[in-house]
Amino acid sequence: MTRLQRRESLLGWAFVGPATAHLALFALFPIAYAAYVSTFKWNIANGHHAFVGGGNYAFSLREQAFWNALWNSFRYTAVGVPLGMALALAVALLVNQRLRGVTIFRTLYYIPAISSGVATAMLWIYVFLPTNGLVNVVLLWLHVNDKTHTTDFINNASTAMWVLVVMSVFTGLGPRMVLYLAGLVGIPGSLYEAASLDGASGWSSFKRITLPMLLPTSLFVLVTSTISAMQLFTPVYMITKGGPDMTTDVVGYHIYTEAWVDFNVGLASAKSFILLVAIAGISIVQFRLVRANLADYSA
Amino acid sequence: MKEFAHFRHIAKAVASYAAMLLIAGFLMAPFVWMVLVALHPPKSPIPAIDELWPVKPDFGNFGRVLTNPHLPVARFFLNSVVVAGAVVVGQLAVSACAAYAFARLRFAGRGILFAAFLGSMMIGGAATQIPVYLMLRSFGWLDTYAALIVPGLSSAFSVFLLRQAFSTVPAELGEAARLDGAGEMRILAGIFVPLSRAAVATCATFTFIGVWTDFFGPLIYTNSISMRTVEVGLSIYKNAYGGTNWPLQMSAAVIVMAPLLLVFLIGQRYFVRGITLGSIK
Repeated sequence: MTRLQRRESLLGWAFVGPATAHLALFALFPIAYAAYVSTFKWNIANGHHAFVGGGNYAFSLREQAFWNALWNSFRYTAVGVPLGMALALAVALLVNQRLRGVTIFRTLYYIPAISSGVATAMLWIYVFLPTNGLVNVVLLWLHVNDKTHTTDFINNASTAMWVLVVMSVFTGLGPRMVLYLAGLVGIPGSLYEAASLDGASGWSSFKRITLPMLLPTSLFVLVTSTISAMQLFTPVYMITKGGPDMTTDVVGYHIYTEAWVDFNVGLASAKSFILLVAIAGISIVQFRLVRANLADYSA
Repeated sequence: MKEFAHFRHIAKAVASYAAMLLIAGFLMAPFVWMVLVALHPPKSPIPAIDELWPVKPDFGNFGRVLTNPHLPVARFFLNSVVVAGAVVVGQLAVSACAAYAFARLRFAGRGILFAAFLGSMMIGGAATQIPVYLMLRSFGWLDTYAALIVPGLSSAFSVFLLRQAFSTVPAELGEAARLDGAGEMRILAGIFVPLSRAAVATCATFTFIGVWTDFFGPLIYTNSISMRTVEVGLSIYKNAYGGTNWPLQMSAAVIVMAPLLLVFLIGQRYFVRGITLGSIK
């Protein structure tokens, strides 16, 4: 190594130093520390802790409430993410047209995503309120309901999860739309010209050009949306508190309760690790499935 | 035939505008409702749709919220301003230095280190909340500004986004400045940052919005009422006034939302470029 190269190497480390120290302290070390904590029966309120080895993991995997929470997160994700992606793609196609004022709509659609999560949750409580709530007002107009028979969506075990799903579709629209817009820009216009010369309809060129060309974008949106959906917290904390009958007790809220209401940080750490593994597993499956599709198209 | 095509073109445009307006209506309805209800007299019940327009708009609710004798809402706001300001400035400085090194300096271990930054983006906060809490507690930082600021002083996402932007700056510019005797810090601040304005603005906007709307961190790392930020403060306000006082609740929500909207509208023209830099390439 020359003196000059050594100087550049030192400079490089000086420049990445602060960020690297921060990464080590607040991202890498906590993972190891969480693994350590997860091997203790540890009450954070009174400080009692005793080593239990894999006991917390064994307990979690036998606990019905934890499986219920995992299942709730899974069904929230399995319904909300594909629904949100389909809508975002449709909206991206809509605002990808050369129309006057279209950028104003793009900006408007992004606003729910930059909004305060707590304020948004308060607004959605109103939207689904039985009396004078927006959805019930519309149902009244459509004569689905009458004034003596309104629906309390939030406190009903069969609809509460839908409240969270609908909310996620709306708040996730903007970011997903922007990613799809970026993907659409990358599709060469010549493909569509060739298709229309061959007499392809709009629908078939969407199916045979747009969708396959967007697969990498879709994979990115799918994986990142799934990771965040599996960790849902604020809307549950604000709107349903996991109820009614634990039907919206998603795993992010379940772990929060375990750690900060019941103070069992050891057990909560074990559950976070199980969640981390579950998310990684789902991501790998998603990668594999999309890769297989990509191979189909290129063949 | 030509006329038919023209007609189809117009019909498609009209249908598109109708669809875009409809979606905008759906998305914006709750926000419009929020602003209108905030102007109703305090303690009035939830208005029916046909009574939603405030006949005598009452702008005093904002003052009532800010001067609430039981909850220091103005203090929540001040805390958020301090924390968001410190994190935006600190995170940009720390991340820009790292991004510059990753983009332009050759040093041992660069590839592995960059992979570590990328990998850390896949790990969510759920797994690190407890250890970070325990660490902050052992530093004696719980319930202080340090607990709200220091964990945000660097972000792998910002490092990644800025590195992508810095990579597109022509290398000759830096080399010319170096021959003129400029140090690396001057090259970064004087050439790379100004030439990457869009990415820097996107980073700053995202970071501000992220800190302002962060709920989980302040919820766990603070507990005294005077250290709460707007997001946690709003949830306390909501719980304190239950379902009973929607006009005041909505005024509080407007106060929390206003800075977000302002920063977003200033920063949004860089968004599409910024976000795509951070994801696809």
